[in-house]
Amino acid sequence: MDVEIDQESCVAAGQCVLAAPEVFDQRDEDGVAVLLRKPLADEYDATREAALLCPARAILLSE
Amino acid sequence: MERVVVVGASAAGSTTAQTLRREGFAGAVTVIGDEPHLPYDRPPLSKQVLLGTWPVERTSFGASTTYAEQGIDLRLGVRAAGLDLDRRVVELSTGEEVGWDHLVVATGVQPVRLSAGHHLDGVHVLRTLDDAVALRKSLVDAESVVVVGAGFLGSETAAAARQLGCEVTLVDVAPAPMAVQLGAELGWMISELHAANGVRVVGGTAVTGLVGESAVEGVELADGSVVKADAVLVAVGSRPATNWLDASGLPCRDGVLCDEAPDGVHAAGDVARWISSRFGTSLRLEHRFNATEQAVCAARRILGQEVDFDPVPYFWTDQYDARIQVYGVIAPDARLVVVQGDPAARKFLAHYVSDGRVTAVLGWNMPRELRAARALLTAI
Repeated sequence: MDVEIDQESCVAAGQCVLAAPEVFDQRDEDGVAVLLRKPLADEYDATREAALLCPARAILLSE
Repeated sequence: MERVVVVGASAAGSTTAQTLRREGFAGAVTVIGDEPHLPYDRPPLSKQVLLGTWPVERTSFGASTTYAEQGIDLRLGVRAAGLDLDRRVVELSTGEEVGWDHLVVATGVQPVRLSAGHHLDGVHVLRTLDDAVALRKSLVDAESVVVVGAGFLGSETAAAARQLGCEVTLVDVAPAPMAVQLGAELGWMISELHAANGVRVVGGTAVTGLVGESAVEGVELADGSVVKADAVLVAVGSRPATNWLDASGLPCRDGVLCDEAPDGVHAAGDVARWISSRFGTSLRLEHRFNATEQAVCAARRILGQEVDFDPVPYFWTDQYDARIQVYGVIAPDARLVVVQGDPAARKFLAHYVSDGRVTAVLGWNMPRELRAARALLTAI
């Protein structure tokens, strides 16, 4: 699974970190989401949930 | 074949349809939207679209081919005119009827208008993409702008208009901007933020009329004075778009009452009202994240899952360099307690305390710390 974050659209809600804390984090200065690493197979569901819940629809997955 | 009809094609409506497909719903999915545009996102309308930093296309949730590929029948430019719960059909403005086994009401809200003056050129409301495009055009040409109502839309629009170089007056009957939503203390901080950026903030003052011949020339205040204006945004609140349900018998009271809806009928987004046991109150939230959460919940219930819905609400506003984010529900009597950072430095974290309990947390340019503070609310 490839994960791409549109950081310009990101609104720093942090919902992705709540859904998949191993995969996403927020930058200190403005809270914009960053990718920690590619999700492992057992994190795919959580990563999909993160993309689904993102209020800016800023997470794009290719599977 | 099982049929789902979603009325409303904004964030809640389109998310319901797409979640159904993504999670394996094999029946028919129809989405009915009264605007001619493909589904788009609303939060950027009062921010990037007004400022002109985003082309309007960027608000789109995707091309029409996306919906076709997902087998979602998108019916745009068509209004739902009525609902028959016995026959399980939605009546369209065209006279056509669409049958359903599951109905999702996601018709959102409509802006409240002043009793007179909206026919004048330069007077706007802001809800749709067309509204935002028209308002931006006015702001770009305007010298003096008056924003009537200092909630989310009004405050964000005042900030955008100021950044576009307009002289801006922000008027509200409440003592300070967003005092109704965030409490008076936070409202004064937002008032200072606007004042520091050159906006004239007029609190505690009612608007009594709009002045002009064919185009607006000014806004009359309760003290009889007239503030010059060549563009006006009226942002005095909104009402759930439930007129089309009036004769249906579907229980509505300031929104669709989800807990009283018959089997097979769901509601999501700004129009939906439900009882939150977490916060011990009935809630109806006009917040973007709630639209997604409720849409996902509605889709999963249609798919037969037992899903409990009692989330920790989340919302935000962006004004100038301030990103203000909130988790929770702010009680009208809540006390604001700053726990980290400094309001004077415009970077702080605060708790809202009501009855000795923290029911909401607010971050002003403190997104990471705010997310950590959310844990205080999940224990409620």
